[in-house]
Amino acid sequence: MSTPDLLARDGLLDGRPAALRRLLARPELGALIAAVAVFLVFAVVAEPFLRVSSLGTVLYAASTIGIMAVPVSLLMIGGEFDLSAGVLVTTAALTSSMVSYQLTAVTWVGALVSLATTLAVGWFNGWMLGRTKLPSFIVTLGTFLMLTGANLGVTKAISGTVSTKSIADMEGFAACRWLFASEVTVGGLTIKATVWWWLGLLVVGSWVLLRTRFGNWIFAVGGDADAARAVGVPVARTKTVLYLGVGFGAWVLGQHLLFSFDTVQSGEGVGNELIYIVAAVIGGCLITGGYGSVVGSALGALIFGMASKGIIYAQWNPDWFKFFLGAMLLLAALLNAYVKRRAERGPR
Amino acid sequence: MSTEVTTGTELLSLEGVGKSYGTVRALQDVSLTLRAGEISCVLGDNGAGKSTLIKIISGLHRHDEGRYTVDGEEVRLDSPRQALDRGIATVYQDLAVVPLMPVWRNFFLGSERGTRRWGGLRLDADGMRATTRDALARMGIDLQDVDRPIGTLSGGQRQCVAIARAVHFGAKVLILDEPTAALGVKQSGVVLKYVTAARDAGLGVVLITHNPHHAYLVGDHFTLLKRGRMAGSHPRAEISLEQLTTEMAGGSDLAELSHELARPSAADPRPSAADPRPSGPGATGPGDTDPSDPDPREERQQP
Repeated sequence: MSTPDLLARDGLLDGRPAALRRLLARPELGALIAAVAVFLVFAVVAEPFLRVSSLGTVLYAASTIGIMAVPVSLLMIGGEFDLSAGVLVTTAALTSSMVSYQLTAVTWVGALVSLATTLAVGWFNGWMLGRTKLPSFIVTLGTFLMLTGANLGVTKAISGTVSTKSIADMEGFAACRWLFASEVTVGGLTIKATVWWWLGLLVVGSWVLLRTRFGNWIFAVGGDADAARAVGVPVARTKTVLYLGVGFGAWVLGQHLLFSFDTVQSGEGVGNELIYIVAAVIGGCLITGGYGSVVGSALGALIFGMASKGIIYAQWNPDWFKFFLGAMLLLAALLNAYVKRRAERGPR
Repeated sequence: MSTEVTTGTELLSLEGVGKSYGTVRALQDVSLTLRAGEISCVLGDNGAGKSTLIKIISGLHRHDEGRYTVDGEEVRLDSPRQALDRGIATVYQDLAVVPLMPVWRNFFLGSERGTRRWGGLRLDADGMRATTRDALARMGIDLQDVDRPIGTLSGGQRQCVAIARAVHFGAKVLILDEPTAALGVKQSGVVLKYVTAARDAGLGVVLITHNPHHAYLVGDHFTLLKRGRMAGSHPRAEISLEQLTTEMAGGSDLAELSHELARPSAADPRPSAADPRPSGPGATGPGDTDPSDPDPREERQQP
């Protein structure tokens, strides 16, 4: 067959325009440009922004969003939302703390029970979705409200106040703290453990999405669940695994909160789920699913980190931060819709 | 079950198959036999039960009457996966592919290939790209950039990729749901070319369509559906395109319709023409104005 030769030659010939088109259609492109722009703005207006120590602060702020933005963006590419993601982080921290304290157990026991709890919530979300065919917006709004109530109710019932007792003197605390909340300083740059977790999840999440069979399924169930089902993709199971991923992310972040502050406020976390979604959308995820990038979600988290700290360094009124975030979201959503149209019916 | 073999080995057969959704009988008493290297066309108007039939064959819905045999073995399929495992692949008009995904990812969707080094966990992306290009070339589809989203291809090209995918993954039976419905004349021709290419590769093809011209171009057998029932089943030798078109267009219904729509000046002495009786609940056709020509197939369903 002479076809391979022909293919190779033609491949070379139209290689450049194809590569250019692919670059322009990359979901992260908008987020990358926005991240550079935000960096430049604060580099100009806020002198402390460029200090090495500020970089550590920005990275830490970004990582606390980024850890959740990874699984949330995967879920979004799979076509679903998780509104319970924010309070689930608090649930993870509360469970870990209260189990260890009440059982006077090594803190690892609490941490493991907490992992089982967050995975169970993730599984419940996925199971409800698959079983009832209700939109994930409703299903996870339900779990969001239930968890918000349970966080407060259980904590008050057990400890009598809205926060947990300190577990700083318990066995295993130091090791857990090392794993979830330690920090290393290299040449004035302080890097918290969450940054490593974030990078790890980022690499694994992006690899799974782009280079595994499961990643192919994520794109497919988000892009067209019926088409995916018709070629044999287990749609419900794929989505459930994505919710388990959110559960795992919530566990990591919850343990970080617990082991860096010793105690947990039971009312925290409400509203953060929206920030994770914003990071994913700024990173190029389509609200409707089927398109997006994990790396983009990291850029979204980084923009969040730079903006939230940059506003303080620039001594602007921090009240404007949310305004800025909302404007970014709208711009990103418009850009994503445009990129999607290009990708779908781009120039032939 | 039937053992007669004419053009090839029998791949699947339906005998008196029916399906109800709640109180609605969407399909009843439909029989169909498909052999290797044969194109069997299922024709019918909107709502005739074509999609229900396709869903039963491809495993999306389970039939609740009759027998469905694949390779001589009676089956009840619960999922498309089970149908695929038995070599029955379906290409749907509107959900053949995921538009935003690259061509090669679509081609391997559900049948992804892993590399050896990572224990099959890592996708063999380059190999899959090359295979996609080759498989498409073998079907006569020339596509260099398999990384472009499949949504950028034309409707006909998308259907062709889906057909090539089914052939590549060793399907024995290919079910095509209205492959030419949304296409222009030229594109329809291209798709029909790949349908015959699949037949020549030894597959049995079930072609669902409401276009008798397209069906007659490629079909070996024609099954007509009307309001959930079989309204005819003919081998190619026994029917002409004119007959097929007439039957498809409603046969006697059409004759009545043309009669009714005729200019009043073409003096019609019968008073009933000006006073059409309603023909009962559920009737969708024109009023039955000619009692001298009752059609036994015209019995209306009473839900």
